[in-house]
Amino acid sequence: MKFKIYRYNPETGAAPSMQEYALDASSGMLLDALIALKEQDDSLAFRRSCREGVCGSDAMNINGRNGLACITPLSSLKQPVELRPLPGLPVVRDLIVDMSQFFKQYHSIKPYLINNDPPPQTERLQSPRERKELNGLYECILCGCCSTACPSFWWNPDRFVGPAGLLQAYRFIVDSRDQAADERLDDLKDPYRLFRCHTIMNCADVCPKELNPTAAIGRIKERMVKRMV
Amino acid sequence: MGILKIKTTISKRTFDAVIVGAGGAGMRAALALSEAGLKVAVLSKVFPTRSHTVAAQGGIAAALGNVTPDNWRWHMYDTVKGSDYLGDQDAIEFMCRTAAEVVYELEHFGMPFDRLDDGKIYQRPFGGHMRDFGAALAQRACAVADRTGHALLHTLYQRNVRADTHFFVEWMALDLVRDEDGDVLGVTAMEIETGEVMLLEARATLFATGGAARIFAASTNAYINTGDGLGMAARAGIPLQDMEFFQFHPTGVYDAGVLISEGARGEGGYLVNKHGDRFMPNYAPTAQDLASRDVVSRAIATEIKEGRGCGPRGDHVLLKIDHLGEDVIRSRLPGARDIALKFAHIDPVREPIPVTPTAHYMMGGIPANYHGQVVVPQRGEPEEVVRGFYAVGECACVSVHGANRLGCNSLLDLLVFGREAARQIVEDLARNPHPKPLPNDAADRSLERLARLDARHDGESVAEVGDAMRRVMQTHCGVFRFPDLLAEGVHEIVAVAERVKNVVIRDKSKVFNTARVEALELDNLIEVAQATMHAAAAREESRGAHARDDFPHRDDDHWLKHSLYFSANRQLDYKPVRLKPMTVESFPPKERVY
Repeated sequence: MKFKIYRYNPETGAAPSMQEYALDASSGMLLDALIALKEQDDSLAFRRSCREGVCGSDAMNINGRNGLACITPLSSLKQPVELRPLPGLPVVRDLIVDMSQFFKQYHSIKPYLINNDPPPQTERLQSPRERKELNGLYECILCGCCSTACPSFWWNPDRFVGPAGLLQAYRFIVDSRDQAADERLDDLKDPYRLFRCHTIMNCADVCPKELNPTAAIGRIKERMVKRMV
Repeated sequence: MGILKIKTTISKRTFDAVIVGAGGAGMRAALALSEAGLKVAVLSKVFPTRSHTVAAQGGIAAALGNVTPDNWRWHMYDTVKGSDYLGDQDAIEFMCRTAAEVVYELEHFGMPFDRLDDGKIYQRPFGGHMRDFGAALAQRACAVADRTGHALLHTLYQRNVRADTHFFVEWMALDLVRDEDGDVLGVTAMEIETGEVMLLEARATLFATGGAARIFAASTNAYINTGDGLGMAARAGIPLQDMEFFQFHPTGVYDAGVLISEGARGEGGYLVNKHGDRFMPNYAPTAQDLASRDVVSRAIATEIKEGRGCGPRGDHVLLKIDHLGEDVIRSRLPGARDIALKFAHIDPVREPIPVTPTAHYMMGGIPANYHGQVVVPQRGEPEEVVRGFYAVGECACVSVHGANRLGCNSLLDLLVFGREAARQIVEDLARNPHPKPLPNDAADRSLERLARLDARHDGESVAEVGDAMRRVMQTHCGVFRFPDLLAEGVHEIVAVAERVKNVVIRDKSKVFNTARVEALELDNLIEVAQATMHAAAAREESRGAHARDDFPHRDDDHWLKHSLYFSANRQLDYKPVRLKPMTVESFPPKERVY
C-alpha cells in the first residue's frame, strides 16, 4: 500500500512536507500500518495507546477526514492514503498536535457533577429513564475529531467551546443529579461559546463513537429558549 | 561506564507528593491529595483519560446487594478463593469491607452507573462472584453498560479538574531516586514534548503505573502498558512480588487480542467448541461459564489442545451471545458488539465471536501493604516499609489478587487503595515535614542511560528486540507451562535482556521522540519479563493462573508463599502469605471448585 504522510520536526528548521511510504499490507487497521512504517523509519511520530477506539489517542486526518487510526480498516482506504495531523491545532511534530486549546475549552464547561446537597449514605437515586438521557453523551473519548472538523472551532478556538465541550456541557445539564443547569446555561449564552455553532454537522459526521454533538447543541439551545419564555 | 562524563546540573522541582501514572489508581489518590491541600504533581505518559483504565469493561465489584442479597464477607471469600489462597487476607478484608463506600463515593462524583427500576446502581453477575460462600451466583458487578472503566476514568479526571490537580501530561518517569538509607526522594522524568529531563523531588512518591501484559505477543493491554513502575523499582533494588502470576483473559478476540468483556457471559453468553457444545459445565458444574478466569482459560486451552478448537487451525473457541437478543446486546453490551464488528468482522447479534485466552492482567508487582506503602525484606523482617515510596493499582502487589484476580476487583482495587494510599501519605507527611537532601548523583543513572542510547549507532532496533521478548514470553510462559519450555525460556529471556542493552534508535531528535520513549519502555518491559520467567520456572506447583504441566496440583506445604524476584542478581526469595484477616476468621486453603 502507498501512503503520503505529513512530516514536520521543528528541530530541523525544514518546512512541513508530505513523505511517501510503501508497505506490504492490505488487511488490519491503519494503526497497524503506522506501527509497521515506524519500524522502517523510527522518526515517524504519532500518538497511540489502546488500539481499540476507547482512549482517543490516535485521532488524525485520514484521506481528508478525521478519524481514529486504530479502528480504520486499511481495506476501506483509497490509495495513496494521505495522513495529516488534526486540522486547526498547532502541530508539535508529524501527526502530533498540541491539544491544549481543545482541553481548555473542555475544562471551561466545568465538566464535573455539581450537587451541593450532602451526599446520602448510599447512592443518589436515578431512574433508568433519567439515566438514559446520558446515553450518547458520556461515551465521548475526547479524541478531538469533532472539534477539529468544525469550521467554527477553527475560526474561534479561543471563544467557541466547540462540539466536544458542548456535548459534555449537555451531559451535565441533563444529568438529574446535577444542580447547576441554570449556571451552565448562563455560562453559554454569550455570542460565541455556544452560538458559533452553525449546524454544519461535521462533528456528528466524523465522530468515531457515532455521537451527535450537533443534536446536543440543539438541545442546549432549546433549553435556553424555554428558559426565556 | 565510567568513561561517560555526565553533566548533572539539571533542573529540579519540589512537591509534597509525586504520583506517577494517571489511571484510576493514580487519579483517585491525586484527588484525595489535592483535596487535602498538598502540592501534588501527577506525571502521565499520556493525557489522563487515555490511560488503560479506560478499557475496563465489565464493572466494579461491591456487595451492595441491589439485586441479589449480598455481603462483603461473601465477596471476601470469593476473592480469597479466586486468589487460590495466595491473596493476603488482611488486605482482602480491607478491600471488600470498603468496597461499598468507594463505589457510592464514585456515584456521588457523578459516575453514570446504569440503574435498576428502583433507581439504585445496576449490578450484573460476573465470574467467581457467588452468594453464601460459593453456593450460587451473585449479582455484584456495578456497571456502566460495558464501558465501566471509561466512565470511571473520565469521572475521576473530571473530579480532579474540579480539585485543580496539577498534571504533567506526556511526561515519562525514568528512575526512582533513593538515598544511601534506601529512602525514596522522588523521580527523574522526561518531558516527551521537549526531551528535557528533570528531577522531581517529593517526600512521597506514589507509583500507579499500571500493568505490563505487553511482555506477551498476544495481549489485551494498551501499547502504553510497559511496566514502567516495575522497571524503575527493579533497577532501584526493590524486589518484584508474585510475578509468575499473569492472568490470561478467556475472551480476547481471536487474532486481534482486543478484549470482549466477561460481562458478555455475565449477561448470559456462553462458550462453545467446534461441535457447538457448551463445554464449561464439564469444568465448573456450578458457576459454568462464570467460573473464575484461570479456570475458564485453562478449559479453553484444553478444548483446543484436545482437538475441539474452532477454525481451520482449530486454535480458538466461540463466544455465543446472539440468543440474548438485540435489545440486551445494544443496551448492556454495546462496546462488545462494536469490538466484534470491527475486530472479528462479525455481528454478535447473529454470529458467535471467535475468542482465545489472551494475556490480560499482572497479579504481581511492587510489594505493598494495604496502606499502599512499599514493603521489602530488610533488617531480618520480611515486610519493612521503604520510606517515601508507595504503590497502588496493577503495578502494586498488595496482594489482594493472589494467584488469580476476580473480574471487577481491579477497578475496586484502584479506588480502595488509591484512596487509602493518599490517606497514608497525608499522615506520613504530617510526621515528616522536611525533605531529605538529594544525593549528588540523583539523576546520573537516568542521564547515563539516555546518553548511552544517544551514543549508539549500530545494533538491533527496539522493534526487533521487543518482538523477540514477546515471542519468548508467549512460547515459554503461557496458559500451560512446561518444564523444558520454562528452563529454555529462562536462558532465552536472559539472552534477550543482553540484546536490550544494545538497542539502537536512529532518531536522535529531542521533540516528541517516540522512538526514544519506546526504547526506554523496553528497559522496563524486560525487567518484568525476566521476573515473570524466573519466578514461573521456580514455582513447582499449579496455583491460580500459574499452571505447571509437571506439577498439576497446588502444593500448600511447600508453596503457600509469595515470591520476591531481585533483578540485580536474578535471585528469588519468598515470604509468607498473610492468612490472618483484620477482624474475621481466616479462610483456610481448601480445594477450589466452581
